[in-house]
Amino acid sequence: MLTKRIIPCLDVDHGRVVKGKKFQNIQDVADPVELGRYYSDQGADELVFYDITASYEDRDIFIHIVEKVAEAIRIPFTIGGGISKVEDFRKVLMAGADKVSVNSSAVKNPQLIREAALRFGAQCVVLSIDAKRNNKGSWDVYVKGGRENTGIDAIEWAKQGQDLGAGEICINSIDTDGVKKGYDLELNQKLSSLLTIPIIASGGAGKMEDFAEVLKVGADAALAASVFHYKEIPIVDLKNYLHNQQIPVRRV
Amino acid sequence: MIAIVDYDVGNLKNVYTALGDVGLSGTITRDKKALDAADAIILPGVGAFSDAMDNLRKFDLIDTLNDNVQKGKILMGICLGMQLLFDKSYEDGEFSGLSYIPGEIIKFNAPGIKIPHMGWNNLVINRASPLVKNIGTEDYVYFVHSYYAKPDNFDDVVAYAEYSVKVPAIVKKDNVIGMQFHPEKSSNVGFQLLTNFKEMIS
Repeated sequence: MLTKRIIPCLDVDHGRVVKGKKFQNIQDVADPVELGRYYSDQGADELVFYDITASYEDRDIFIHIVEKVAEAIRIPFTIGGGISKVEDFRKVLMAGADKVSVNSSAVKNPQLIREAALRFGAQCVVLSIDAKRNNKGSWDVYVKGGRENTGIDAIEWAKQGQDLGAGEICINSIDTDGVKKGYDLELNQKLSSLLTIPIIASGGAGKMEDFAEVLKVGADAALAASVFHYKEIPIVDLKNYLHNQQIPVRRV
Repeated sequence: MIAIVDYDVGNLKNVYTALGDVGLSGTITRDKKALDAADAIILPGVGAFSDAMDNLRKFDLIDTLNDNVQKGKILMGICLGMQLLFDKSYEDGEFSGLSYIPGEIIKFNAPGIKIPHMGWNNLVINRASPLVKNIGTEDYVYFVHSYYAKPDNFDDVVAYAEYSVKVPAIVKKDNVIGMQFHPEKSSNVGFQLLTNFKEMIS
């Protein structure tokens, strides 16, 4: 049986893993290779690395980190941040990444999704969406690290992303991110019932019940950062808990 | 020496690294002499079926693969590389494959399932083989694919995974092996499978 995935997310800045709360107050945490190996051993199903600086000068440092991570771990990993051209996809894939996540750049140029899917396969194109509730009962797409509202409907954008060839959608709720009060269940449920590609829920994990809830409403995977980094929730315990909740998971 | 066929279908380094984990030395190559001299050949691959076949043709590798398979050398296809071992694929058209294993590649088509089949699924053993030594139904491997193999003879399937249908996960016909999932991305289970592969070729 296909299992639900638990995915630690590591924000990388100048070669170090950091974690921002609501995209601000960034704190230094650890070495990405060391953390990646740790999570791989703990039974993480995938890893996501976001290059949060993504300035031109830091790009080479980051590519080097991708190479070192690829050598160290034997689970799939996704790279995001600063990907704006098909050539950027090629670089990180050749460095050893399995998937590439696009966010603002795809909003600006939706054809990037199609071009990358045709060239490298839909399986490696993850459309990451930063969504925030509006007062009309729907969600808007934000870009530039959650700072700018595009006014685009998040659900429509997810559907369009699927049609353009994305292999997966990572939906990050800005309202719940960093707050640790649970994922946006309504948004994840809506997307999961409307789309035929897998959904990764992101933003809001604080306790083990939060993971169970979002996976039960249809998300295929749940992503989190700080609860794993600060060892508030050991992945081994989380997997056992989910298993006891009748949610199919891979346990190591 | 294991030849990892380099035909422009993505990064092959992860396969190379995982072979190293089990003590196999690989070489990433499209040199025919290197393929002829190798102890076994691995055909990796991600992306589209027709592009992959086009590249095998472009680099003039098909005759070399055929000759080596006929000589009895072990050839293992991984992911898309496994799909190429079959007669044909219906991925965005109808395209011929290498025809080492009778059958075809078709798209998942069940209501309500997510496509791609993406994530960790467990292996169910269909028939005994040294390839699945120490592997049981609690062992999960990492899949990512939208099309799957439908062999003419299900006895060519060593292990499968359940995803709306029985998805062939490990296939073997004589000296030709395929793994639909990524052993190089399947943690300790992948390690065990590659160890089994190593024992098979030594």
